[in-house]
Amino acid sequence: MSNILKYFSFKEIKKSLVMSVWFMILTFPIMVIKVNTIENTVIWRWNYLIGVGISSFIFASLWRYMIERKKLQGGSESTVPLLQKIRELGERKPTLKKGSLIGVIVLILVFPFITSMYQTGIMTTALMYVILGLGLNIVVGLGGLLNLGYAAFYAVGAYTYALLHIHFGLGFWVCLPIGALMATILGVLLAIPVLRLRGDYLAIVTLGFGEIVRIVLENWNAFSHGPSGIANIPRPTFFGIHFTLPQATIYLYFIMIALVVFTIFVVRRLENSRMGRTWIAMREDEIASQSMGINITQVKVTTFALGAFWAGMIGVVFAAKTTFINPASFTLWESIIILCVVVIGGMGSIVGVVVGAGILILLPEYLRAFSQYRMLIFGAILVLMMVFRPGGIVTSVRKVYKIEPHLQGGSDNKVEDK
Amino acid sequence: MVPILETKNLTMDFGGLRAVDNINFRVNQGEIVALIGPNGAGKTTFFNCITGVYKPTGGDVYIAPDGNGQERINGMKPNKVTEKGLARTFQNIRLFQNMTVLENVMIGRHCRLSAGIFGAIFRTKATVEEEKKVVQDSYRILEEIGLSKYVNEFAKNLPYGAQRRLEIARAMATEPFLLLLDEPAAGMNPQETNELDEMILQIRRDNNISILLIEHDMSLVMSVSEKIFVVDYGKLIAEGTPNEIKKNPDVIKAYLGDEANA
Amino acid sequence: MDHSYFFELFLGGMTRGSIYALIALGYTMVYGIIKLINFAHGEIYMIGAFTALIVSSVLGFTGMNPILILAIASVLAIFFSSAYGTTMEKIAYKPLREAPRLSALISAIGMSMFLQNYVLLAQTPDFLPFPDMIPDFKFLQPINKILNSTQFVILVTTAIVMILLTILIKFTKIGKAMRATSQDAKMAQLLGININKVITVTFIIGSATAAIGGVLISSHTGQLNYYIGFIAGIKAFVAAVLGGIGSIPGAVLGSFVLGWTESFGTGYISSDYEDVFAFIFLIIILIFRPSGILGRKQNDKV
Repeated sequence: MSNILKYFSFKEIKKSLVMSVWFMILTFPIMVIKVNTIENTVIWRWNYLIGVGISSFIFASLWRYMIERKKLQGGSESTVPLLQKIRELGERKPTLKKGSLIGVIVLILVFPFITSMYQTGIMTTALMYVILGLGLNIVVGLGGLLNLGYAAFYAVGAYTYALLHIHFGLGFWVCLPIGALMATILGVLLAIPVLRLRGDYLAIVTLGFGEIVRIVLENWNAFSHGPSGIANIPRPTFFGIHFTLPQATIYLYFIMIALVVFTIFVVRRLENSRMGRTWIAMREDEIASQSMGINITQVKVTTFALGAFWAGMIGVVFAAKTTFINPASFTLWESIIILCVVVIGGMGSIVGVVVGAGILILLPEYLRAFSQYRMLIFGAILVLMMVFRPGGIVTSVRKVYKIEPHLQGGSDNKVEDK
Repeated sequence: MVPILETKNLTMDFGGLRAVDNINFRVNQGEIVALIGPNGAGKTTFFNCITGVYKPTGGDVYIAPDGNGQERINGMKPNKVTEKGLARTFQNIRLFQNMTVLENVMIGRHCRLSAGIFGAIFRTKATVEEEKKVVQDSYRILEEIGLSKYVNEFAKNLPYGAQRRLEIARAMATEPFLLLLDEPAAGMNPQETNELDEMILQIRRDNNISILLIEHDMSLVMSVSEKIFVVDYGKLIAEGTPNEIKKNPDVIKAYLGDEANA
Repeated sequence: MDHSYFFELFLGGMTRGSIYALIALGYTMVYGIIKLINFAHGEIYMIGAFTALIVSSVLGFTGMNPILILAIASVLAIFFSSAYGTTMEKIAYKPLREAPRLSALISAIGMSMFLQNYVLLAQTPDFLPFPDMIPDFKFLQPINKILNSTQFVILVTTAIVMILLTILIKFTKIGKAMRATSQDAKMAQLLGININKVITVTFIIGSATAAIGGVLISSHTGQLNYYIGFIAGIKAFVAAVLGGIGSIPGAVLGSFVLGWTESFGTGYISSDYEDVFAFIFLIIILIFRPSGILGRKQNDKV
C-alpha cells in the first residue's frame, strides 16, 4: 500500500505537473489553434488545452507507476499466463470445462438467429479477422518475420474470385481454394527475394511489396478495373441454391464458423509439429537453427506461403461478402490492423489471435462513439502493449510434453545432476 | 585410415585481414582434439569455416565419416554440414530461449526426421510414431546429459551451466560423428569445468564419436584432449600431444607465456 | 530529345531528392544509434509542416512581412518537431531499448498511427493550402521554366543543412560521441559517454531537419494534410536504405538517386506508377546489395 502512496507524494505530483505542462506546450499549436483557411479565421480552443493538461497529468502519473512496477518485476513476467490458469481450472473441474464448452458452441450456433442481420455481419467480419490473424501469426508470431504487406495476399484472393467470376463465371466454392492457392504462390514468389533479409529490412520490403500490388491494381485498368473496382460479385450458393440477402448473411456466418474451425485445427496441428518447431526456432535464432540442420530458406518460404494461404482464402470470402471490391480495401492500414490483431491478442498464441480479433473488430463496432478514434486508440495500444505487455493479452504457452513413465528415472541416467 | 576431418591450406580473409592462414588440420576417428590460441587468433573463424557459417576464401575442408572416402564440404550451407554429421555449440550460448528444454533437443533431431506438412495435418501413423519417438529420444539425450529434470522448462530459465550443457545435448541430438564445442567451459567455475571434463569423455565413450574443442581453459584442454593444435594470428604454430605442447617454446611464447606472466 | 525537359526533370529530381535527404537524415541517424527504423519519423515531418502552416496563418492576419513569417514559422516548426521527436523517443522507444527489435518496430508503427490520427482528429482530414511565402527571385527569371524560386531555396537550404551537419558530426564533441555510439553503444557508455543525451540530441537533429523538409515541401507543393508524412517518410527511408542505412553521406546520395529515378521515371515512363519505382528500386537494391550503396557489409557475429 505504501508503495502506491509513494506516487502521491509531493515530489511525484511535481514531476507529473511538469510533464503535464510539457504536453500542454507540445500540443498547443495542433490542439488549440484551428485555422480556417477559406474564411480566414482562427479558432482558439482553450478548453482543449485544459483537457490535455488534466489527461496528461493522469497519464504521466500512471506511466511512472507502471514503469516502476515493470522494473520491480525485473522485466520477466512472473505471473502465470492467463491461458495456463484457465487450462488448469479446466483440468481440475472437467464438468465446468464441458459445460462452458457446450455453452459456447450453442451460443455460436444460435447467434445469427437471436440477433439482427447487422450483428451477424459484424460477427462474420470478426471471424474473418480471426483467420487473417491466424495466418499472419504464422509469419510474425511464430516465424518472427514482420510482414507488412499481408493485405496484398488478401487482395489476391479477392481479385482471384472477382476476375474468375467475370471472365469464366466461376463460383465461390471453386474459387475458394484457387484464391488461397494463388495467394500461396504469391507468398512463395515474395519469399524468394526477401530470403536474405531480416528484421527491419524485411518489414520494409514486404511493405513495399504490398504497396506495389495495391498501386498496380489501382492503375492497371484493363486487368483489375482500376480504382472503381469490381461490383456484382455473387454471394456463396449452396449446391446451386441462391439465397436472399438475410439468408446469405447467415449462410456466410456459418461458412466462416466452419473455416475458423478448419483453420484452428490445421494451425494447431502444424504449430506443434516438426515443421512448426522450425518456425519458432527460426524466430529465436536463425544462425543456431541453421547449425541444427534446419534449412532456413525452406522454412522462410513455407511460413510466407502458409501465411498467405489463409489471407487468400479470406480474400475470396471478403469479395463474396461485400460483393464489391476495389484496391482501397487493401491498403497498408489493412495489413497493420491485422498485425494489431496478432500483437494485441498475443503473438504466437491461437487463443490470443481470437481474443485480439474480438477486441479489435467488435469493440469499435459496438462502441460507435469511439469509432472515429479507432486508429488513434489502436496506435496508442500498440505502443503501450509493447512497453508493458509485449506478450499480448494472451501469452503463448508452449506445449508440455508428458514423458511416458517407463522413461522417467530410467537406468540410463548416467550423469548425476547437481 | 583417413582422418574424419581434414583441412588443407584453409584460409579465410575478411577484406584485408587474414583471420585463418593456410591451416592444415586433422581429426582422426575417436580422438578428442583441442584447438587453442590467444584471443582473436582465429579459432572461432576456423570453426565457422568448417561448419559452413563462412565460406572459406582458400583451401579445402574434407570429411570422411566412416574413415574412408573423403568428401569436400566447403561452401556447403550450415544445415547441410550438420546433416553430414558435424554438430556444433556456440561460444556465446545460442539456445532457442523461448522454447522448452525438450523442444530445443527436438530441434536437434529435426534433420533426422522426415514428417512433412500433410503428415502433420492429417496425423498419419508414420508422423505420430515419429513424434512419439522424437520425444523419447530427446528425453533420453537429456537424461544422458543430466538435464531431465528441466524437461518442460523454458531454456531461458535454466542456470548458466545447464544452458551450456543443453547446447551440447542439442548438438548430440543431430547424431554427429564429430562434435565441435566452441569454448564449452567459458564462464564456468572449476567444479562445473570438472563435471564438463567428465561429460566430454563420457559422451565420446557412449556415442563412439570424435570431439573437437576450442578452449581457453588450459586445465580442461590438457586433461581431456589427445591432440592439441595451437594457432596464433591465424597461423598454425604447433601441434602435438598435451605434453609436447606444454614444452613447445613457440607455444609458451605465444600463448602460455603470456598466461604465465599475467 | 528535348534538353530543357531533361533539365527540368533533372532539377525536379534534385529538389525531390533534397527533401528526401532532409527526412532520410533522421532515419539514418536514429538507425545508426539505436538500430531502429523510426517508423513515425514521417509524422514528425508532417507535424513540422502543420505547425508552420498554423503559425504562418495566424501571423498572416497581422500583416507581417512574409519572409519574417516564414522565418518564425520555420523556427517554431523546428522547435515543435524536435519536441515531438524527443517525447516520442522517451515514451515509445526508450523503455524498449533492451527488447527484441520486433517490439520496438511495432511500437514505432503504433506511434506513427497515433500521431497521424491525432493530427487528423485535432485538425482536419482535408488538404489545406499552404501560403506561398518565398519571394520570386529576379535572377532566376531567365530559367524560371526549369528552376523556380522555391526549388532554388530548397536546394540551397539543403546544401547549408548538410554542411552544418557534417561540421557538427565531424568536429564537435557531441558529434564524436554520436559516432562512437553508433560504432558500439555499450563501449561508448563504458567510456563515459552519456547515451541518453546522445540519443536525445540525435532525435532533435533528425526532427529538426525533417521539419525543415516539411516546411520546404509544403511551400513547394502549396498544400498539405495529415497523411503527407507517411508516404514521404517511407520514401525517405527507402533513400536511406539505398544509400546504406547508418551512413549520412549515403542517405544524401540515396535521396538524390531516388529523386532522379522518380523524376525521370514519371517524366519518361508513366506518372501512375510514381510510387512503384521507389519500391521496386528498394527491393532490387536490397537483393543485390543489402548494405546499400555506401553501407558497410555486416557479418553476423557467431
